[in-house]
Amino acid sequence: MSDSTDDPTGGPTDDPRAEATADGGTGAGAGPPRRARLRIWRGDGPSGRLTDYTVDAHEGEVVLDLIHRVQATLAPDLAVRWNCKAGKCGSCSAEINGRPRLLCMTRMSLFAPDEVLTVTPMRTFPVIRDLVTDVGFNYAKAREIPAFVPPRGLGPGEYRMSQEDVARSQEFRKCIECFLCQDVCHVVRDHEENKESFAGPRFLMRAAELDTHPLDAAGERGLDRARDAQKEHGLGFCNITKCCTEVCPESIRITDNALIPLKERAVDRAYDPLVWLGSRIRRRRRDD
Amino acid sequence: MSNVARQTWDVVVVGAGGAGLRAAIEAREQGLRTAVICKSLFGKAHTVMAEGGIAASMGNVNARDDWRTHFRDTLRGGKFLNHWRMAELHAREAPDRVWELETWGALFDRTRDGRISQRNFGGHEYPRLAHVGDRTGLELIRTLQQRVVALQQEDFRESGDHEARLRIFQECTVTRVLTEGGVPGGRVAGVFGYARESGTFLVLDAPAVVLATGGIGKSFKVTSNSWEYTGDGHALALLAGAPLVNMEFVQFHPTGMVWPPSVKGILVTESVRGDGGVLRNSAGRRFMFDYVPEVFRAQYAADEAEADGWYEDPEHHRRPPELLPRDEVARAINAEVKAGRGSPHGGVFLDVSTRLPAAEIERRLPSMHHQFKQLADVDITREPMEVGPTCHYVMGGVDVDPDTAAATGVPGLFAAGEVAGGMHGSNRLGGNSLSDLLVFGRRAGLHAALHAGGLAPARRPRAGDAQVAAAEAEALRPFGGAEQAGGGAEPENPYTIHTELQRTMNDLVGIIRRDAEMAEALERLAALRARAERVAVEGHRQYNPGWHLALDLRNMLLVSECVALAARERTESRGGHTRDDHPAMDPAWRRVNLLCALPEPAAGVRLTRRGLPAMRADLLDLFEREELAKYLTEEELT
Repeated sequence: MSDSTDDPTGGPTDDPRAEATADGGTGAGAGPPRRARLRIWRGDGPSGRLTDYTVDAHEGEVVLDLIHRVQATLAPDLAVRWNCKAGKCGSCSAEINGRPRLLCMTRMSLFAPDEVLTVTPMRTFPVIRDLVTDVGFNYAKAREIPAFVPPRGLGPGEYRMSQEDVARSQEFRKCIECFLCQDVCHVVRDHEENKESFAGPRFLMRAAELDTHPLDAAGERGLDRARDAQKEHGLGFCNITKCCTEVCPESIRITDNALIPLKERAVDRAYDPLVWLGSRIRRRRRDD
Repeated sequence: MSNVARQTWDVVVVGAGGAGLRAAIEAREQGLRTAVICKSLFGKAHTVMAEGGIAASMGNVNARDDWRTHFRDTLRGGKFLNHWRMAELHAREAPDRVWELETWGALFDRTRDGRISQRNFGGHEYPRLAHVGDRTGLELIRTLQQRVVALQQEDFRESGDHEARLRIFQECTVTRVLTEGGVPGGRVAGVFGYARESGTFLVLDAPAVVLATGGIGKSFKVTSNSWEYTGDGHALALLAGAPLVNMEFVQFHPTGMVWPPSVKGILVTESVRGDGGVLRNSAGRRFMFDYVPEVFRAQYAADEAEADGWYEDPEHHRRPPELLPRDEVARAINAEVKAGRGSPHGGVFLDVSTRLPAAEIERRLPSMHHQFKQLADVDITREPMEVGPTCHYVMGGVDVDPDTAAATGVPGLFAAGEVAGGMHGSNRLGGNSLSDLLVFGRRAGLHAALHAGGLAPARRPRAGDAQVAAAEAEALRPFGGAEQAGGGAEPENPYTIHTELQRTMNDLVGIIRRDAEMAEALERLAALRARAERVAVEGHRQYNPGWHLALDLRNMLLVSECVALAARERTESRGGHTRDDHPAMDPAWRRVNLLCALPEPAAGVRLTRRGLPAMRADLLDLFEREELAKYLTEEELT
C-alpha cells in the first residue's frame, strides 16, 4: 500500500482482514461488481490513522454503501453516523478526498474506477472515533441565536403571509443541518480561536431566516437581528468566499441570499436606526 | 459496584421525532423537568423524512372540509378497524396542532389569500395536507427543535442553565424501561440506556416515561425506514409488561425507488400522485382503474377523462384511482409486476413528466427531483420514475388509552406516534402520521406530566441496584459472546443475523401472506433468536456500531415474532394485512383486536383476542347505512 497522504499522524496501515469479497450490508447490484479501494480514517483524533480496505462496488452505489460493506464484512466496529441514506437528514457528513460531502449522496460513478477514495471525518470538529465527530459546537451556537418572536395580537390560525414573502425564509429552512458549511468555513476550519465568537454560516443564515420572516416581531422587542448577527455572532468574520454555498447539498445560496443581504442590513441599520424602525413599522402595517 | 451515571427527572421521553418532541414540549410547559433520550443527533429523527404533509381539516382550500369528514376518511382508510376515539380526537385536534406550529416559527406554503396551503392526498376527500414543498417532515422537526431551544433559552434567562428543565440526551439508546420491583406491570421507575459516544451507561429515574420511538421497518429488507427503526419502543413496552395491538398490520408504501439497488426502498412521496402523477404498466395502461375495490367504487373515477377532470373540478368528478388508500395501490402494483407487466427493474412507472410543466414539478416536488437526479440519473420532469412497494409504517403498536396515551397495564408508561397502536386501524392514510404525532404527542406529554406531578417525591418508585445491574449485564453480553457460546458453538456476527431477519420478514411475512410461509417464518425467527444469544462483537464500547446492532437485534426479533404470530392468526385480508389464502375481508374479524404480550419472557410472545370497542352512535351516523353494511356485521347494523 502506498502512503500518498499528507496525514501528519502516520501513513496507512494494512489491516490483516482488509480484504473481502462477500456481499454484506446493502445487497448486491445487477451488473458484475468492481473492486473499490477505500482509505478510511480509523481511531480517535490524536491516535488515529488511515487504513486501507478493498470491497466490492456495484452499479449505482454511493460511498456510504461501501462504508457499510466494510462494516459488515471487514470492520464491524467502524464508526459512522448515518440515518436516512437519502440526503434528507444531514447525518453522514464527512470528507472524501478532502472535500466535505454527504456520504449517502456521493455516487461512486463520480470517481475514476481505479481511484483510491480517502474518507476522513469533518476536519473542523473534534473526532470522537473513526468518521464520527463531536458536532456539539453547532448545537451550542444554535442556542445563541434568539428564537422566533411571535407577533402580538395574532392567535393560532390567524397568521396571513403571502407565498412570495415566505419564500425567502423557506429557502434557508431547507437546511438539513449537515454542518458541511460549518466544516468548510475557513473562519473556523483551521482557527479554533474563532469558534467562540463566530456562529458559522448555518447559524448566521438562521439569523437571516428570522430577519426575513414576515411576522417575526423581534424588532418590537428592541432586537435588530442583523445588527445582533454582526455584534454577537461574528457576521463580520465572513468575507464572502462562498465556500459554504459550494458545499451545501441543498444548494442553498447561503452567501448571496442570506449572508450578504444580512451584512447590508446590518450596515444600513447601524447608520440609521430611524430608517430601520420605519421599515419595521411599514412592514407590519402592510401585513395587517 | 456498577459504574452507572444516575439522574432524576420528572418525565423521560424516549425518542426525539415529532411525537417525542411534542410530548417533551408539553411536559416542560406543564412545569415538569423533562428529559428526552434519542438514538441520533437532535433534529435527525425519522420524522425528517416525511414528505407530503400534515393532514388537518382547516378548510383553507375547500371550506367544506371539517373534522367529521377527516374522521370519516380515516376510518375508511383503516377499514373501520381504527379505535374510533383516537380517530375522533385526531381529527378534532389536528388543526390546532398545525396552527400552533406557526406560532413557533413554521413556514408552510401559502394559499393565495395567505393561509396555509393544503394539498390532495390518497384517501382524503378534500385537499387537506399542510405542507412545505415535499419536505414537510423537515419543517416539522426543525420547528419543534427550535421550540425546544426557545424554551431552553427561557430557562437560561431564569436560571443560567439551558438544561435546567428540558434536556436532550442525544445519541443515547434506551435498552430497558425500569419498573417498581423490576417486575413486568410494576409502576414505571425510569429508564436504563447507554451513550453511543462513550459506551457508558446511564439511568434516568422518573415516574413517567413516554415511548415515542417510531416503527419497525428495519426488520424488513426493502424499507423506507432509517436504521433507527428497530422497534425499540414496541419491545421496551412488551418487556415492561404492556401489550401491543394490531401488529399484523404493516403498511407497504406503494411507491419506493426500485433502481439502482443501493436506493431500493427509498420513499417516493405520495404527493407525486396528489399533484397529478399517474401509474402505468409496461403496456402504458393506467392500471389503477382495474383495481378499484367494491367498497370504494362510489368515490373513485371509472375512466381517465373523469379522473383528469377531478384536479380542476372536484365537485363534478370522482377522484383518480391513483389516490386510493396506500394498501390498495401497493397491492395493485404488486399484482401488475407479478403478471409480467412491470418496468425493467421490477416496478411500475410513475409519471408526472407528461402531467405538469417542468417548472411546476421542480417547484412542487423539489426533493423528488433532486433525489432521482442524484441517485438514479433520472430527470422526473422528462421521464417516468420506476417505483414499487416498500415497507413504510406499522399500524400496530403499544395498546394505549385513547385520551391519555397511557399504555395498558404499566402505570406511568405512555406511548405516542408510530409506536402506539389503534389510531390508524388496518391502514394509515398519508398525512395522518404527522398529525398523529402532534395530537397524541401533546396528549402523552400532558398526561405524563399529570401522572408525575401527582406523585409526592417520597412516593415515586425507584429501581433497585439489582435491576440496574441486570440491565447492565444484558447490555454487555455481546462482548462476552464467544465465551458464553460454550459447547463449541460459533459466535455470531450481528450484521449476518440482521440480514437474515430482514430476508425472512420480507419474503415470508411481507406484502402478500400465506399460512405455510408464516409458519416457516416463525421457525426461522426462533432459530435466529437462539443464534442472537451467541452474538459477539469486536472492539470497545466507544461508538461501536456492531455492538449497537447486537443490542437492537433483541427488539427486532421480538417485534417480528409479534407481527408473524398476529398475521398468521388473522384469517382475513384487511388494509396492511393481505392473505393469499384468505383474500376476503370478514366483518366478524373487524370486531377483533389481536394483542401480543410477554407475560413470561422465557415463554415467548402470547397472543390473545379482544373485542374492538363499539363506535359512539353520533359517529356511526356520519356514515350512510349502505357503506357501513360493507364493513359491519348484521348484528351490529341492527
